[in-house]
Amino acid sequence: MLEWRRRREPSLPMLVLSPLIAIGLTMLTGMIVFTAIGYDGFHAVESIFLTPFLEPQRWADIGVKGAPLVMIALGLAIGFRANVWNIGAEGQYVMGAIAGTGVALLTYDMTGWWILPAMVLAGILGGMAWAAIPALLRVKLQVSEILTSLMLTYVAVQFLYFLVRGPWKDPGGFNFPQTRMFTADQTLPTVIEGSLVHLGIPVALLLAVVAWLLMEKTTAGYAVKVVGLAPAAARHGGFSAARTTWATMLLSGGLAGLAGLFEAAGPFGQLTPQFPVGYGFTAIIVAFLGRLHPLGIVFGGIVLAGTYVGGEIAQSTVRLPQAATGLFQAMLLFMLLAIDVLVRWQIGWKRRAA
Amino acid sequence: MNQPREQDVPPRLALAHISKSFPGVKANEDISLSVAPGEIHALLGENGAGKSTLVKIIYGVQQADEGTISWNGSPVAIPSPKAARKLGIGMVFQHFSLFDAMTVIENIALGLDEAVDREELKSQVAAILQSYSLPLDPEREVHTLSVGERQRIEIVRCLLQKPKLLIMDEPTSVLTPQEVERLFATLRQIAAEGCSILYISHKLHEIKALCDSATILRGGRVVATCDPKVETTRRMAELMIGAELRKIEHGQTKEAGAVRLAVSGLSLPGEPPFGTDLKGVSFEARAGEILGIAGVAGNGQAELLTALSGERLAAAPEAIRLDGRAVGLEGAGARRALGLSCVPEERNGHAAVPDFSLADNGVLTARHRLPLAPHGFISRGAVSRFADSVIKLFDVRTTGNGALARSLSGGNLQKFIMGREIGQQPAVLVVSQPTWGVDAGAAAAIRQELVDLAAKGSAVVVISQDLDELLELADRLCVINEGRLSAPRPVASLGIDEIGLMMGGIHGAGEQVGAAHA
Repeated sequence: MLEWRRRREPSLPMLVLSPLIAIGLTMLTGMIVFTAIGYDGFHAVESIFLTPFLEPQRWADIGVKGAPLVMIALGLAIGFRANVWNIGAEGQYVMGAIAGTGVALLTYDMTGWWILPAMVLAGILGGMAWAAIPALLRVKLQVSEILTSLMLTYVAVQFLYFLVRGPWKDPGGFNFPQTRMFTADQTLPTVIEGSLVHLGIPVALLLAVVAWLLMEKTTAGYAVKVVGLAPAAARHGGFSAARTTWATMLLSGGLAGLAGLFEAAGPFGQLTPQFPVGYGFTAIIVAFLGRLHPLGIVFGGIVLAGTYVGGEIAQSTVRLPQAATGLFQAMLLFMLLAIDVLVRWQIGWKRRAA
Repeated sequence: MNQPREQDVPPRLALAHISKSFPGVKANEDISLSVAPGEIHALLGENGAGKSTLVKIIYGVQQADEGTISWNGSPVAIPSPKAARKLGIGMVFQHFSLFDAMTVIENIALGLDEAVDREELKSQVAAILQSYSLPLDPEREVHTLSVGERQRIEIVRCLLQKPKLLIMDEPTSVLTPQEVERLFATLRQIAAEGCSILYISHKLHEIKALCDSATILRGGRVVATCDPKVETTRRMAELMIGAELRKIEHGQTKEAGAVRLAVSGLSLPGEPPFGTDLKGVSFEARAGEILGIAGVAGNGQAELLTALSGERLAAAPEAIRLDGRAVGLEGAGARRALGLSCVPEERNGHAAVPDFSLADNGVLTARHRLPLAPHGFISRGAVSRFADSVIKLFDVRTTGNGALARSLSGGNLQKFIMGREIGQQPAVLVVSQPTWGVDAGAAAAIRQELVDLAAKGSAVVVISQDLDELLELADRLCVINEGRLSAPRPVASLGIDEIGLMMGGIHGAGEQVGAAHA
């Protein structure tokens, strides 16, 4: 008979291996399921998980899609460590883009180096403001931030639709629901000339290092961990759970807002109804795939960005519907959560009584 | 209560050469013992001596690696607690498994292996309560009951199965002296009816008062079997600890120093759902003295500790004064920086973070008084050095400062926590249950540290349910009951009966105590 046995200490090898096992299981399950429903399962999985990484011309695209995922996931992961479950990064991402675009529209006929920084600042503040609502409700009224942050996402998306169809519609845009294109001073510079690789990518990597230092080396990061692991001990040690909730919500909201602004001022160059692509939700998977560790999140961001790129490849190679990407991403999260049990538990043969 | 032991009656329970290992530790090694019908047999040993593992094997929670168990003379396998109950083995655990929000009778019904008709169960329970004259109202909700009453629920639950062997695990650790007397009367009656009792404890005077024979465990092995009525307490203690007992050394009798901690009219509502309100608590603790606060669990001790530590703030700054300074509205960090340190009763999750290393646990409360995190940046070197010094000075048995707090035994973790606070030289140290669940050797070391700290001019407040400990340590003693604190009295003027009555009497169990004595 097999039985579960609790490990004396969490297993470090399993902590590192379980994301890889989860990826492997997702590939295997995906292959079986898509073959069963009549697709070329093998090539579907190959296109989504392998092709993006094997073809160097796709790497820039992975970077562009990975940067917002990493940025958002860094903030979310810090909150998750403190048991603050911000599920509404998608909304904060949209609100950040809206706030930054607001600055862009106000400065439309101006020039100057200060315009982009002003947009960045507005983007961060926009995301923070949207995250402040669930934070306030949680701290003052003990309302679950999981529900409020999630629901506010839909409010943010509807607000975006309203703006691009109404007051912010491009006057010269043939009535398409979209804002004006941003000017050169409002656009994120590219890092590699003539490529898609914009400033957001190095910023995301830098932020990962900063987040790592914050969590490992500072009293603030220590507070986040204590509040999450042992709330009573945190209180005993003089750490405030309310202040930690505020700080982690504002931080994750601000980072999501920054990611949204970078996306608007980078790849999009304007706001359109197609702007929200679910990075805020996918970043939750990135955070867990990266074990809530800033450097792991960079890895997780690359993998999930790959599935976005691969999903597009699979649309043309094996005619997979676009929704299949989300399916693989969700499957990955489920596998990861299931495999996670092995970090604290192990399977062994049941010892018979003597 | 000695039962006649006839040679031809097989023992109720006989263990032969039982061994059990866990990864890295041999919990039981070659243990043999036997319990006769109607015998009250003590299983004596320090924490970590292997008592719990052994009874878990008897109760079917765990399986022995080697050895045999015989029941009434024939070998048996006990694969599960259900099988144990079927044989006639009942067990009252140290920590009760009761639902606070349900009634006594509902809790009893939930614990049964088979569904029993409610009315029939009621009459069975009533019969047991009457025949053992146990005061307990089956319709009361559990959260309104004292610890002694809760224990009676567990006992009734066992007696319903008409057990042939009853295992009692540290049953008196949270009872008042009067409740202990009542429990002993019940146990003697149960034994007189032929049920054997395996009584697990490290309290020697209780074993002398109650038990017919004793098996002493140390380090997973049987070191002696004796008749506790004949053997001296000191000898049994030495067998249990395996060393000469250390006596607490008090310095010279000192003059009471300046008031370091003054609490006046401290009131605070209890935290829902089952917290106790603090009602106008006032006391002073002076330099060089140890003030003891006795009381039965759940009478406001936890609330008093969090109010003093700053985890919850007082209504007014003047309610708590530290060296004359009003700190009632200061938070936990600020109070600690000023020299007020507190050690709560619960180690894992309150005094320490179980999933943090010892080094990281040092940061939790030492960062205010020691330069462990200058400018918000944690200094790894300073943190390691501080943890190492605590580990060394307070003799914490561990693999190093990187060991997770949860991997330490209760006693070792407590030594680390006490060392962490004492190592900061606080002006006032408030500590709740300093030696709860700690083995005798570590307990003696911790008590000595408290005495030494007071001797250096700090004021020490010890909140404890262990009267022996308070009588040994404290200069003055008061009792907390339903959130009220009695006036302190010099320990020298108090008898244990008097304190017991103060503890139990004001607890709302006055009539019961009266009835018991009638």
